[in-house]
Formats: sequence, structure tokens, C-alpha cells
Amino acid sequence: MKIAVCVSHVPDTATKIKIANSGKDIDPSGVTFIINPYDEYAVEEALKQKEALGGEVTVFSVGGDANKESIRKALAMGADKGVLIKSENELDSIGIAKALAVEIKNEGCELVFCGKQSVDYDDSIVGQLLSALLGYNCVSTVVGLKIEGNKITAEREIEGGREVIETQIPVVITTQKGLNEPRYASLKGIMGAKKKTIEEKSSANVESSTEVIKMRKPAPKQPGRIVGNDVSAVPELVKLLREEAKVI
Amino acid sequence: MSQYNGVDYFNIESLISYEEKMIRDTVREFVSIEIIPVIEKYYAEGKFPMGLISKMANLGLFGSNLPQKYGCVEMNNVAYGLVMQELERGDSGIRSFVSVQSALVMYPIFTFGSEEQKDFWLPLLAKGEKIGCFGLTEPDFGSNPSGLITKAEKVDGGYLLNGAKMWITNGSIADVAIIWAKLDGKIHGFIVEKNFKGFTAPEMKGKHSLRASITSELILDDVFVPETHLLPKSTGLKSALKCLNQARYGIAWGVMGAAMECYETALTYSKSRIQFNKPIAAFQMTQEKLVNILTEITKAQLLNLQLGRMKDNKTLKHTHVSLAKRNNCEKALEISHISREILGANGIINEYPIMRHSANLESVKTYEGTHEMHTLIVGEDITGFPAFE
Repeated sequence: MKIAVCVSHVPDTATKIKIANSGKDIDPSGVTFIINPYDEYAVEEALKQKEALGGEVTVFSVGGDANKESIRKALAMGADKGVLIKSENELDSIGIAKALAVEIKNEGCELVFCGKQSVDYDDSIVGQLLSALLGYNCVSTVVGLKIEGNKITAEREIEGGREVIETQIPVVITTQKGLNEPRYASLKGIMGAKKKTIEEKSSANVESSTEVIKMRKPAPKQPGRIVGNDVSAVPELVKLLREEAKVI
Repeated sequence: MSQYNGVDYFNIESLISYEEKMIRDTVREFVSIEIIPVIEKYYAEGKFPMGLISKMANLGLFGSNLPQKYGCVEMNNVAYGLVMQELERGDSGIRSFVSVQSALVMYPIFTFGSEEQKDFWLPLLAKGEKIGCFGLTEPDFGSNPSGLITKAEKVDGGYLLNGAKMWITNGSIADVAIIWAKLDGKIHGFIVEKNFKGFTAPEMKGKHSLRASITSELILDDVFVPETHLLPKSTGLKSALKCLNQARYGIAWGVMGAAMECYETALTYSKSRIQFNKPIAAFQMTQEKLVNILTEITKAQLLNLQLGRMKDNKTLKHTHVSLAKRNNCEKALEISHISREILGANGIINEYPIMRHSANLESVKTYEGTHEMHTLIVGEDITGFPAFE
């Protein structure tokens, strides 16, 4: 089975983000970039399925040279080879999905894993767009997966519960926390990853459908308010929670 | 607690390769997840976290700079140093365990062993299926190992070993000991297995330092060691010292991991601890302490990196290692003391790692060649006058 896993290279969630002078992007200086955490579940699941079904895992990423770091991380975890789809401009979700679809089709992968969302833009849509472009089935936000022959049984998270979906390969699966426990890249894997290839492709023909007009930071949080410090404050607290905060 | 990203004031990260960085970050994450959350408990109980052994083996931490054909990772020495640095951020006792397994057991078998010995022992030690220890120091021979009195006597089919070793890391949990003994007055290395008759390894109790590490005596009472267990290429004390030099190299890197953890703790604490209506970090005396610490860490980081590059390009002398081990241990210990001061009374509580690191570093400053001996080794090198012997 040819398995694809798509990874995004995103700012570390612990980093403090600054807006670039252009006002349309973040300032990357001093920002640590990491493999998107949800994509680590995708890599782990791809590797587990390869171990069970045999085959080959190819890692795809759309972006600049820096994305090679996240590809290498996946290679160090055990993926077989990488494809970096170079993009000059920042692409939106549909642009990324289009770029991925071309190369995944070229590679002939029929089982595709993506994280359920990337923690930078949070669109949560690339996997679904990709499946539509490829004409594949899709199950999103997956927390349990079983593959028997061509049959896929996937458990997915829904509001307040879970549902079980049956479908067929070819399929795009987007992965949610809880699906598995991503392995460490062993030190041997890191040394071995040096010898694996990362092929470079161009996404010159791909365009975004949207444009970032302006980026701004959310308004700073208002400081908390202390309504009292003993039991006598409870009625006032309840009133405020109900009427002002509207949370109870 | 926020994620630990290391201390790197001079962008030394730009001087290391992608693989070196990735290896460091992998071990860093391992330490954050597997060691730091549990280490205080083991330290308090005076136990080694045995559950870590297979995890460390799976990661590839044992003998990681030895060839892949023995099941090792075969990383370069800078990466090896970075591994030691990250492990000791967790605890000096854990780094000691890995140092002993790698530099004092696997390295001598690799360097002085026969092909059969290497093929048999190295994969088992790399997988952590066998644990090793190193027996050179004796109750009466510490800085002066050439005087050791453990004796090997040639008998039919092998050797009979008699003597006692002391201060042996991993001794009581080891399956195999590399024992240095005199055969006809000349020092040789022997592979002694724990089930050999007459061999015992009682644990030494009552330590106020390295409590999450096992320290033992080794007692050899007419232990028969077959011919196949002599390390054939070990010739004299020089061979044993070559092993120590490997371990000292790891220590020079390791102690800076402990120092960085102390610094990070003190820096974070100083920014949130309010006295006289402002964070103590806003006081000049605190700032001076923090700057002094950061300066010493930065100097040692650059020293270590060059030490590693020289080891990799084979221009490193043992006197370089002595200078680095001597400096870094002393500075790390000082850094732990100053960090403790910044935390005031909180510095002595095990909610913070500083007192543990500080107590550990007292041992690290002394073991693998005392601070004083390294002074004399470098002193002899630059003046031409040996001040000992």
C-alpha cells in the first residue's frame, strides 16, 4: 500500500507571535517552528498502518526550505521518503490542498493521512478539500481506525460523542489527539533519515482563492475582577456569571 | 511549567548541524517527559529508576558513538556530548548510568576486546539487556590508581581474581563488570560476570549525593575468570585511563545540562518572586548573579563545542578533556549554589531541582579525576613538571 502523510511546519504553540511589518503575515524571526502536533498523529498512524499492511510512507509538505525540518522529523520517525512542494507565496487551504493533490496523485497514494487541523491558521479543512480534489472518501477528526482489505472502519469525534463510519480505500483520514501515541524519533532513526531523499517539486501553477488583507492580534485579555473574598460574595458572583458573563 | 528550550545566548545553535540539533531535541523531550516528572521520588528513596533502562536503550542512548554493526547509533561526538548535556539536565545520576554503560563498559570492550567479545557483549549492552559497571578505584587507591592491589593470577584455563573495588556506579545492578587488576604487576582489564563464584557487589548506603544512582563495592574473592574474558588489547593503566577520558568528555558536557536547569529555574523564579513590591529580578544584585551564571554557561558551551569538534577530527588531547572537565564541573557547582541563593529558602525544597543538582555536582566534581588531579594534569602539560607521582 502506498501511504501518504501530509505535514505542516508551524510556529511552536509556546511562541509569542509578532505581526510582520507588512501587516499580512507573522514575523518569523525568533520563532521556533515545529511539525504540526496533529500531524504527528498522522505520521504515527501512517507508520502503524505500514507496519501492519506493508508498503511505503511518503511525507508531503507545502512551503519553503524550512519545511524540510518537519519532513525530516517524520523521516526520522520512520517514513520512507519526503516530497517538498515548494511555494513562493503563502498559500491558503485550497491552494495547499491543490498542491498536495497533484503530487499525491503522481505518487499513486491511496491511503492519505493529515492532521485534523494545523495549529497556525486553524482552518481544519485541508484534508477534506484534498479528498474532494482526489475523488477519495474522507473521514475527519478520527480517534480510532481499523483497516481490513479495502474496508475502513473509523471512529470519529463529534460534538458530545463519537460516531463510527465505514468507508473504502482510497481515503483521506484526518487525525485527532487520542488516535495513537506518536513515537519518539529514535536516535538511530535521526541518523538514518540523513540517507533518505526529499524530492523537491514546484507548485507554480497553484493559486490561492483568498487573500489575507490584514492580520491583527486579539485584544488583550481584560484583567479579572474580584467581587469579594468570603461567602457573602457568592450571590453577587452568581448574578454576574448569569447576567454579565452569561455562562450559567 | 513552560516548555524548556535550552539556554543559548550566543546562538551557538547556528554552529551545530541539523542532525545534532534533532538528536539534542529528542533527548531533551525524553528527559522532560520520562525523567523530570519522576526523578525527585527516586532521589528521595535512594533508588535508580530501573524502568528507564529499556526506554533509554530503545532511544539508542547506550554506546551511541559506537558503530552501527553492534546495534549502536554511531553518532558523532558533538551529538554524544549534547545527549549527555540533556540527560544531566534531568539528573547527574541518570547521566552517570549512561556514561558508565557507554564510556566505561562498551568503550573498553570495543577498544580492548576481541572480535568475539565485541560481537557478544556490545549488542546486549546497547539493547540494555545487560548492564555494566567499571571497577578501577579501590578503597585505598583513588587519585593514585597505579597503586591498585586487586590481583589476577594465571591458573589453568583462566585467571583467579582477588581484591576489592569501591565507589562503583551501577555495581549492584550490573550483569557484568570491567575489572582492572594486576597480572604479574601489570594492569589488565577483565570481563567479570555477576554470577561468577566469589563475586559480590554490596550497595553503598548513606549518600547525600547522586541518590538516584546506585553506588557499590565490588568484592572479588578467588573469582575464576576464564581466558576468554581477559580484554586482550588492554595494556597497563593507560588503557583504563583511556576509558576514563571518554567518560570525562561526557561529564564536561553533562554538567552544563544541570547548570542550565539551575539557571532556568532561578531566572524564572526571580521574575515572579515579589519582594519590596517588585520582582527580585529587578534588583541589581540578582541581575549580577544571573549574568554571571549566563556568562559561565555560554563560555562552557563554546568550550564544549570545540572540545567535541576536536574529538571528531581527532586532534583532541586528554589534557583538553581535563581542562574542560575541571572548569565545567567547578562552574556548574558554583552555578547551582548561586541559583539556590536566588531562590532563597525555596531553593532547598524538592519542588525545585536546584538542591538535587547541587548535591549531585559535588560528586561529579570529584569523580572521574578530582578537580585537583585535573589541575595537575594540565599543569604538567603546560610546564613540563609533573607535580604528582
